Amino acid sequence: MSYVAEFNELPLASLSALAEGATAAEVETALGRKRKSLEDFAALTSPVAASPSCLEEMAREAHELTLKHFGRVIRLFAPLYLSNECVNVCRYCGFSRNNPVKRVTLSLEQALVEARYLCEEGFRHILLVAGEHPRFVSADYLEKCVARLRSDWPSISLEVGPLETAKYEPIVREGAEGLVIYQETYNRAVYASMHPKGPKKDFDWRLETAERAYAAGFKRLGIGALLGLAPWRTEAVALAGHVEYLLRHCWKAQITVSIPRLRPSVGEFDPTVKVSERELTQLVCALRLTFPEVGIVLSTREAARLRDGLVPLGITIMSAGSHTEPGGYTGQGNGVIGLEGEYATKQFEIADERSSDKVATVLAGMGYEPVWKDWDGALNEP
Amino acid sequence: MSNLRIAAREFRSRLIMGTGKFASGEVMAAALAASGCELVTVALRRADLSGKQDRFANILSYVDAAKHLLLPNTSGARTAEEACRLARLGREATQSSWLKLEIHPDPRYLLPDPIETLKAAEALVKEGFTVLPYIHADPVLAKRLEDAGCATVMPLGSPIGSARGVETRASIEIIIAQATVPVVVDAGLGVPSHAAEAMEMGADAVLVNTAVAVAADPVRMAGAFKAAVEAGRAAYEIGLAPKRREAQATSPLTGFLNEK
Repeated sequence: MSYVAEFNELPLASLSALAEGATAAEVETALGRKRKSLEDFAALTSPVAASPSCLEEMAREAHELTLKHFGRVIRLFAPLYLSNECVNVCRYCGFSRNNPVKRVTLSLEQALVEARYLCEEGFRHILLVAGEHPRFVSADYLEKCVARLRSDWPSISLEVGPLETAKYEPIVREGAEGLVIYQETYNRAVYASMHPKGPKKDFDWRLETAERAYAAGFKRLGIGALLGLAPWRTEAVALAGHVEYLLRHCWKAQITVSIPRLRPSVGEFDPTVKVSERELTQLVCALRLTFPEVGIVLSTREAARLRDGLVPLGITIMSAGSHTEPGGYTGQGNGVIGLEGEYATKQFEIADERSSDKVATVLAGMGYEPVWKDWDGALNEP
Repeated sequence: MSNLRIAAREFRSRLIMGTGKFASGEVMAAALAASGCELVTVALRRADLSGKQDRFANILSYVDAAKHLLLPNTSGARTAEEACRLARLGREATQSSWLKLEIHPDPRYLLPDPIETLKAAEALVKEGFTVLPYIHADPVLAKRLEDAGCATVMPLGSPIGSARGVETRASIEIIIAQATVPVVVDAGLGVPSHAAEAMEMGADAVLVNTAVAVAADPVRMAGAFKAAVEAGRAAYEIGLAPKRREAQATSPLTGFLNEK
């Protein structure tokens, strides 16, 4: 039994109808319920719930719940892009196979230089990111990266192409503790049209990844939907269903969710669905109200003003000062590409360009402690 | 108020403070001072255990070693093995062999695993740790941990951070009634009256964190908890009046029988 079976049975049509057209009374009922169901979640994402007064009420409650469960702290992490090689064609992604971009896979030594830079910036939580490429980004390569980084990094997470449980296991043994995998879209038809080529075509394989990672021993599972590909309220409901499933089945894992909005990238894909700042805010609040104990991640895809505004409403984990290309922090891999001074291409443009130091200062000014280390390597050993 | 005695060490304060969730190290230090607490627990996962004086993991530098005895905790550990490993590293880094043993495999409700906790407690006591285990309000488990040599037992009032108060009252009463080590009510105490209630019940101490850390004014709230703990303890020591169903006249009607 995996989420695929449950997802296939999920009454998405009726939940979507509720999300698109809940009445004020249905929203009020949802707000009043202590433990919220998927139906309540759907109602909280509805247009009616986005009214100024209702959203303000949701925001207040989301703030209280976040304080209670997480306190006045924000955990900081940095992504380290290992490779932008990819065998998939994803119409919205800068790394898509057919895009004429500069491809780089960092050597272990180069990855270490990049990591050292981030370590000096203060980060103790690192997310290793790479495109899906069985040759350049093999399980063996990832295992070696983790093994080399573990002495300096209390917390290492991965965001890479899906692997089998047996391939995750050695990576966990080497000291990785988190796995991030976004379904991108939970809409099967849109998924098929967005991923025409490559192993990523397999929707179900991707949907089961978090469970395979859990079986391999990962302690932190991050899931998400890329907003902008399909009607966002239905995406949100499916994502919430996935969270709910993982909380029940992968009960020893810390579950985190991300709701990145599509950003400009090479390939110039135009989002088919626009999600406004107000709607994104509503979604953060609805997630918090429904899942008080789940971590919500916010990356530098969003602009500074919005990021700062969302912190009190439910965000618990943030990246800062990020680069989305291999070698982006120190220029590692530069020579590999060819011409001196040319760098690997980014996955997407970031919107919050403040340094990590600046973000930490702003958080402190807002009354939040920026937490750089919130894990220890002693907890990672097998 | 009598002193609290844990593992042959005397404490004047019966309030133990946690250090998570504070807006800054400075606010935390001020709240610790206002609470008058002597025992302070810190999550080892947030501290620098590398010995590199990591300024990005400097939570311990805000705990004044002259005023507070450090009680490192193993929060984040999901198994006995992880907790033991973290405890050993923590002892090396902090020079404190006192340990709040926390093993909660479920990050959602942070409820303690009784089996792993007992296993870890048995091992760590043998290694010379002074072990204060965080547990469910399970009277049998409490006795088993006592037998294993734990310095206290720390049953939860309600889940960590829930602010629901002493929901486990009936079981905690049994634990207190048969304890031979101090009983510290830990977790879920959301308001000072919850702390006072636990102390009136005869708990030897309480541990508070979230309620102070996320209060609008953590320093004043720390003072409020201090007062509540002292009031509750004083009342317990004096002896509480028994509860009755009906009102009882302060001038008894049968008083004449005593008159000569």
